[in-house]
Amino acid sequence: MDLRLPSKVLEHILSFVDSNEDRNSVSLVCKSWFETERRTRKRVIVRNCYAVTPEAVARRFPEMRSLTLKGKPHFADYNLVPDGWGGYAWPWIEAMAVKCPSLEELRLKRMVVTDECLEKIAASFKDFKVLVLTSCEGFSTDGLAAIAVACSNLRELELRECIVEDLGGDWLSYFPETLTSLVSLDFSCLDSEVKLSDLERLVSRSPNLKSLKLNRAVSLDALGSLLRLAPQLVELGTGSFSDKLDQEAVSKLSQAFSEMKELKSLSGLWDVLPEYIPLLYSVCPGLTSLNLSYATVQMPNLVELLTRCSNLQKLWVMDLIEDKGLEVVASSCKELRELRVFPSGAEGLNDTNVAMTEQGLVSVSEGCPNLESVLYFCVQFTNAAMITIARNRPNLKCFRLCVMEPFAPDHKTQKPLDEGFKAIVERCKDLQRLSVSGLLTDKAFEYIGTHGKKLRMLSIAFAGDSDLMLHHLLSGCESLNKLEIRDCPFGDTALLENAAKLETMRSLWMSSCCVSFGACKLLSQKMPKLNVEVIDEHPLETRPDSSPVERIYIYRTLAGPRLDMPEFVWTIQKNPEIGVSHLAIK
Amino acid sequence: MITELEMGRAESELELGLGLSLGGGTAAKIVKPGGGGAWGERGRLLTAKDFPSVGSKRAADSASHAGASPPRSSQVVGWPPIGSHRMNSLVNNQATKKEDDGKKQAKDDETKDVTKKVSGKVQVGFIKVNMDGVAIGRKVDLNAHSSYENLAQTLEDMFFRTSPGTIGLTGQFTKPLRLLDGSSEFVLTYEDKEGDWMLVGDVPWRMFITSVKRLRVMKTSEANGLAARHQDPKERQRNKPV
Repeated sequence: MDLRLPSKVLEHILSFVDSNEDRNSVSLVCKSWFETERRTRKRVIVRNCYAVTPEAVARRFPEMRSLTLKGKPHFADYNLVPDGWGGYAWPWIEAMAVKCPSLEELRLKRMVVTDECLEKIAASFKDFKVLVLTSCEGFSTDGLAAIAVACSNLRELELRECIVEDLGGDWLSYFPETLTSLVSLDFSCLDSEVKLSDLERLVSRSPNLKSLKLNRAVSLDALGSLLRLAPQLVELGTGSFSDKLDQEAVSKLSQAFSEMKELKSLSGLWDVLPEYIPLLYSVCPGLTSLNLSYATVQMPNLVELLTRCSNLQKLWVMDLIEDKGLEVVASSCKELRELRVFPSGAEGLNDTNVAMTEQGLVSVSEGCPNLESVLYFCVQFTNAAMITIARNRPNLKCFRLCVMEPFAPDHKTQKPLDEGFKAIVERCKDLQRLSVSGLLTDKAFEYIGTHGKKLRMLSIAFAGDSDLMLHHLLSGCESLNKLEIRDCPFGDTALLENAAKLETMRSLWMSSCCVSFGACKLLSQKMPKLNVEVIDEHPLETRPDSSPVERIYIYRTLAGPRLDMPEFVWTIQKNPEIGVSHLAIK
Repeated sequence: MITELEMGRAESELELGLGLSLGGGTAAKIVKPGGGGAWGERGRLLTAKDFPSVGSKRAADSASHAGASPPRSSQVVGWPPIGSHRMNSLVNNQATKKEDDGKKQAKDDETKDVTKKVSGKVQVGFIKVNMDGVAIGRKVDLNAHSSYENLAQTLEDMFFRTSPGTIGLTGQFTKPLRLLDGSSEFVLTYEDKEGDWMLVGDVPWRMFITSVKRLRVMKTSEANGLAARHQDPKERQRNKPV
């Protein structure tokens, strides 16, 4: 009896299945479900661009309309991955141009995107709609002009924290008069001034524009006229908020803000002067997201603003908010889900007079029942505070604590912060992401290995005593997907003993640790399904097996060794001259 | 044995069958600080002693090592873990704060000016530094430096060990560099806005930081003929770095 669902029926059912995680499960059921699923998947996400080839992806998902790619490892954000390592978008764009010309959306993160890439996108995908580049580099404003001029159905163009060669603001003027489909524009990371009149015309002919994030060069005066043209905005990133305006201009701006009934997200606010904060009061009650992390405004001025943001779910601030400000948040922003506190001192040390301690976070954990995601930079912390936070908020999903001084102990007891993190992993059973800091012994990692069963991503710096740390993590954290470690004094034994674990993870990064050259070679020999990349500027041919390597990046892959490695990336496939491992294995 | 890394750990619960030992004592030993920094650039591990906190006992300990200024955690690559965009913004704010309030507006422009002029595919505020013979380039934040000596010190720290007697990865002693006075085998050069390569040090510092696009630590032998004057195009071509 043929119990198979007709594929048309299955297709119809699958059209309601959006989540790729579910679709991945569907594709494992049987061959015919695999086939039906792959033919109907429109949104493809590849979280490591070297884990699979572009051709394989195009072959498997012929109906792909949206592609998301991630390139460099996360620590590239902090300059730990040398320039030229890789993460090139070109091979993907080139392949899709041929095999997937109906592609409409491209979202790239931490990739090298050149002007040629952008020109190729503009020329190859006739119905291109969405380009979102996050933490990308390698292109100039000329490439943006190519996109602007050619993509006649463009809906979204977002540059988030990209490094762009800024040749001027002309690129914006290349949007043709016929382009009326824009929904989202984010050029906040660019430096040059765009022509205001062109920007105004673009905004006024874009009735669907919902999100506009300006760069710093857009003046406060200009902001006023833009807001009057687009009162329907849901997301606004202002430019510089510090020009001196006359009374009339100020009241016009105030009026413009009060007309924005749909505004939910506010960011930008560079250099905001305290006297302009009241301009924002009218939009505060509607805000669900507020990014003040570039606004150098001090505490007293923040109170009035925060007390009005009763619906806030996401708040990014600098430590200028101080403990007192976070207390205000705790009592006013009851819907808060995500809090990020960034350091305001340029070098992140305690040479600012900011009164920010662990108490601020404790207050928020007490007052905000929905708090589930925290990123907190501070100078010191205590175990007691973490225990309290864990007790208050067992619903935490993401806890990233950065005590900026490496090896800093509990500043009251001088003990390691082991017990604090133990409380966090023990109580927060759904914790998926954790960053640890401060003075930590192997015990902390024993706790994490024992309790962090849902932990997917873990970041560690300047911690632990021995290989035990790594061993606890690799053998204990069942859901571990991404592990990144820097400046911890060990590596080999735990790595080799838990080699099989590495195939169940997306990637492992270790830099400035004590992973020996021999261990890297041995790992490569044992685990052919992993790419084991040694990133080290010193030649490896003459190094003894015992010498430590500078950085190691290990990731599972179906694509085999990559073909675009620079000279400072060594693998046993690319560099057979480095020979085999001479380690004696029991 | 691998865990016998002279770190003072008594027990090891793992069976160690690897017969490895990290040679040279470079990796494991807690070495005195002295212009040191992260392992990857210097071949020794940072420990708590390297990070003096204000007013703490540790600060006193570190400072007592004669002549050595311990590295601030800000000089460690990628620490604290703040994304580059945010870092640049902070640096700009810091530079602004340092000036008189009355002159704030003018200084704002100047700071922005400096960063705007540093164009090219590098981060605003940070410029690339390459050294002959070294595959991996670095980035240095000009805004965080106040003089040529300051910059030279940072570069020497980045590319060389400066404390005499520490053993490098290749097992050789390295000598301190003198990048600015022409007495070592390397000189510091820079490419300006016009694409010319010049010796660093000839113009006032403030003028230098507005015109520099990138830096190169060049072998002195190659730098002959390179001057603070315009080069002829042939020389420029030959000196084009990787």
